[in-house]
Amino acid sequence: MTTTEIAALEERFGPFGGRYVPETLIAALDELAEAYRAASADPDFQAELDALLADYVGRPSPLYRARRLERALGVEGIYLKREDLNHTGAHKINNTVGQALLARRMGKRRIIAETGAGQHGVATATACALFDLDCVVYMGEEDVRRQALNVYRMELLGAEVRPVASGTRTLKDATNEAIRDWVTNVETTHYIIGSVVGPAPFPRIVRDFQAVIGREARAQMLERAGRLPGTVIACVGGGSNAMGIFHAFVDDRDVALVGVEAAGEGLTSGRHSASLAQGRPGVLHGSLSYLLQDDDGQVAPAHSVSAGLDYPGVGPEHAWLKETGRATYVAVDDRAALAGFHRLAETEGIIPALESAHAVAHLVDAAERHAGEGPILLCVSGRGDKDVAHVARVEGRGDIL
Amino acid sequence: MHTLRDAFAARRARGQAALVAYLTAGFPDAEVSARALVAVAEAGADVIELGVPFSDPLADGPTIQAASFDALAAGMTLEGALALLRDFRRTHDTPVVVFSYLNPLLRFGLERFLEAAAAAGAQGLLVTDLPAGADPPIEQAIRRSPLDLVRLLAPTTPRRRIAEVVEGGEGFLYYISRTGVTGARDALREGLADEVRALREVVRLPIAVGFGISTPEQAAAVAGAADGVVVGSALVDALRREGPEGAGAFTAALRAAMDAAGVGPQGG
Repeated sequence: MTTTEIAALEERFGPFGGRYVPETLIAALDELAEAYRAASADPDFQAELDALLADYVGRPSPLYRARRLERALGVEGIYLKREDLNHTGAHKINNTVGQALLARRMGKRRIIAETGAGQHGVATATACALFDLDCVVYMGEEDVRRQALNVYRMELLGAEVRPVASGTRTLKDATNEAIRDWVTNVETTHYIIGSVVGPAPFPRIVRDFQAVIGREARAQMLERAGRLPGTVIACVGGGSNAMGIFHAFVDDRDVALVGVEAAGEGLTSGRHSASLAQGRPGVLHGSLSYLLQDDDGQVAPAHSVSAGLDYPGVGPEHAWLKETGRATYVAVDDRAALAGFHRLAETEGIIPALESAHAVAHLVDAAERHAGEGPILLCVSGRGDKDVAHVARVEGRGDIL
Repeated sequence: MHTLRDAFAARRARGQAALVAYLTAGFPDAEVSARALVAVAEAGADVIELGVPFSDPLADGPTIQAASFDALAAGMTLEGALALLRDFRRTHDTPVVVFSYLNPLLRFGLERFLEAAAAAGAQGLLVTDLPAGADPPIEQAIRRSPLDLVRLLAPTTPRRRIAEVVEGGEGFLYYISRTGVTGARDALREGLADEVRALREVVRLPIAVGFGISTPEQAAAVAGAADGVVVGSALVDALRREGPEGAGAFTAALRAAMDAAGVGPQGG
């Protein structure tokens, strides 16, 4: 085997993952893998990242026991990991700060990113402002419309937002356009991908930067509950907050890991984003994973009320966790997610992101079952301020806008 | 049936470079696409790259993206692309390379596809998102098949990797003349001729250069440096604007300019 072949195998999760990209990008992926290896072994890099996570992002994020929700659902022991309290309001910043440090290490002064809900775009624009890097964010036209305030936020932070009018005009096509930019400007540009997707080494790098969520939560659970959770619940679009919180628990065989996908208008409607539940293995955006596709291998459009879950693929490590049975994946439709959104707001005074509201909705539905296995740990991946206007519109309250 | 290497060798014997013409299967629809294949072959294309339309053509620029979406909207499928090829093969022996993203092939079933494509009359396969070493079992299956596995080299490909890419390649080597997606460009990159000359030290296959070649003048310039010239987006543009006759006329103009230029400096 050649060294490239060995590297490719090392970067897989079982059969999933890989580097299915145009030849032009291979050198950049090699360079990134090498830079990441060197950074991981460099105590100065880790120290700088830790300091930023503490003083800039605001870590550790709190673990909050949701007692009102416990009473409402008739169970004991619901703990929320509050990624919504991070700077910029979601878990995305954990990854963008780390990757911006990597870009600086590689001497790349220009950053590109894709974004769906806008959270990753905002987090990337923020890190670029902090490190004085040029920043271009690709965003589907449909999402630009749904998340206009996040577009403005990115611009305030000095980023250029390029609306993408091709294909489905959502995250999938924003990612295509970001990859096209990268193929063109690869020598000067680093692509900060926003989830545990894309060609190797991205899924592993993003997971590692997000794994701080699970490391903290595991220690916090041991301290607060005196034990590990019985169940960990997180929403899954591409799957970065879920991989982030799952990773520290993967070797704890008694801890059930539950990923919640978006069932959109229902799994039988053909309008959903549940790649693991309804997709088949396929190649999109550089890796082999579960993929919503038709019988001719064309990628099927995804749908979710939540722009951040509106993606027809999913990270390859989730595909492997599903295949091995280590994690289970369920799906929650738009209506239930909206109910979850209201439920957490009313019972705990926490407005979750619509993405996180999918995890809440599953908890509402299955609390009793999960509570039998011990405390429940749920990742509130982001806050819902960005979604308030969209929900008002969806629920017929557009008049107040 | 002519092989890919035969096609390049025949041109070289006449002191000329081969013209590799890209068309998106099923663009703008199956019927016009079939006529375009014939027009381009008869106007002097030595090899045809038949692009399988895909929903997410992330290596392609706006022209081929739009052609892919139009072809899909008109109902084109991988099966349909093979049917176009089969019909073309009844009357023409111009070698054809199927140009595809990986996912439609996987969905169809790789082994089944390789058999069907060979039976339909394809000589080669180029998979945009399957770089050398990315998936050895898939690459081996293609090499075992009657189809040539056409490999791409990019200007960013590290020196130490070139040998690996070249070793598994068959038919001809496709050298991407610049970083970026497909699409017509005004100017060719400086240093291209030197790069191709350097590649010849390690590449035994014919070298075709593509990406961004959009005028007969550019094609002639590249023909002076390489064994073959690939023209895609500009040809698809001509087809969109002026139909199969326009695509044929553009192909003839490319051919005439290249013939006047002669072949690359390496000679035999």
